[in-house]
Amino acid sequence: MQKKLILDSHLLDITLSRLCHQLIENHSDFADTVIIGLQPRGIFLAELVHAKLEKITRKKIPLGYLDTTFHRDDFRRREVPAKASETRIPFVIEGKKVVLIDDVLYTGRSVRAAMDAMISFGRPAKVELLVLVDRKHTRDLPVAADYIGKKVDTLATQRILVELEAQGHKQNKIWLINKD
Amino acid sequence: MSRLSQRHLLGIKNITREDIELIFETADNFKQVINRPIKKVPSLRDVTIANVFFENSTRTRLSFELAQKRLSADVINFSASNSSVKKGETLLDTVNNILAMKVDMIVMRHASVGAPHFLSKHIKANIVNAGDGTHEHPTQALLDAFSIREKLGTLSGKKVAIIGDILHSRVALSNIFALQKLGAKVMVCGPPTLLPKFIANLGVQVELDLHKALEWCDVANVLRIQLERQQIKYFPSLREYSLYYGINKKMLDNLKKDIIVMHPGPINRGVELSSDAADSGHSVILDQVENGVAVRMAVLYLLAGATA
Repeated sequence: MQKKLILDSHLLDITLSRLCHQLIENHSDFADTVIIGLQPRGIFLAELVHAKLEKITRKKIPLGYLDTTFHRDDFRRREVPAKASETRIPFVIEGKKVVLIDDVLYTGRSVRAAMDAMISFGRPAKVELLVLVDRKHTRDLPVAADYIGKKVDTLATQRILVELEAQGHKQNKIWLINKD
Repeated sequence: MSRLSQRHLLGIKNITREDIELIFETADNFKQVINRPIKKVPSLRDVTIANVFFENSTRTRLSFELAQKRLSADVINFSASNSSVKKGETLLDTVNNILAMKVDMIVMRHASVGAPHFLSKHIKANIVNAGDGTHEHPTQALLDAFSIREKLGTLSGKKVAIIGDILHSRVALSNIFALQKLGAKVMVCGPPTLLPKFIANLGVQVELDLHKALEWCDVANVLRIQLERQQIKYFPSLREYSLYYGINKKMLDNLKKDIIVMHPGPINRGVELSSDAADSGHSVILDQVENGVAVRMAVLYLLAGATA
């Protein structure tokens, strides 16, 4: 199995800072903005971005987790049903600007499911998508991210491995892996 | 792995502890879903489910139907009282006719023990047993155990007394299997005529004195006297039964510790449970009903999702 490092801990920190400042550019004081991390892996990135944003803006910003399992389009099309995680959205999204956060954007199907799941909670004024890694030319659906950590050219036989300290890894590292 | 070890839910006896835990974890998520402003998810939108009830039911059928609708399944309801069963059609013919209309799952209640097990050998659709005679009622046991887990955090080491008409109760047997698989200690309590002869062989304690049972337990699961299944007299009168095995609020308040009171419904108020006990803070009866929908959603979701 071949591994290639795309982002190390230091670079990731710089990337996250840039993403945060891009968010601030568009949302200034975050008065009407909420952040929602997508389960299962997007929540760790959402927590990192959220913590950084609160530090920079010195504002309390609502953070929630959204599980998309029951809205996926591959139910009964895979052998085993996907396992659900917790959804925790302790605030109203009706009329708010929502920033969805996930770690990797690949086919776009999770994001479609996420938008479907999110609508169950109300009608947001605007929805944006932030991803750490955007896999280019791999989309099955017309989905694009508004904030991108890094764009990567990948093959279908490759995958992206995101290792974050919050997930129990020693260091924050993002890898490109060749499946053999 | 996030799939059940079985294609059908026929009883608690033939599923594993891991299966039960997976159902509970999934039900936790569905409980969140049914408490949202929009209580529906699209998971089962291409699944058709037939609720086939050869025996009367209000709560279970409504609960299943609501669970199916919350999952966006298409639902058809069938009850034997107004069907061709009256004209002499066999069980297998009835079900095969329903399946010919492209139905994916069958939820069945039947007065005969083993009816869903028989069916599972002859048809391809997933089957959920919604009660077969005096044998099993798996989803009721799951929602009971789920409700205890919700109140007490865990089942492991907890003491549960099942009180009342054990002999005619499918809830009792499924509960015993579920509670034991999850590590709880189980006692049955009732008049000797309403306790099955070899019930102790299942590894449960047997107690004839209601007060001792209440002092012992953390949870009292009170069962209904099933008069409709009793062809002979098992006790002299309902008043006498109530005197010896009826629970009221005063008895609960006088116990050394707080216990939880459960009842699968419908309650005979004033017989096995007095009104003040049924409506007291000890009672989790309405939580059971709410959890019933979440647990049934989990069962349907997991069975429908495992396609291979």
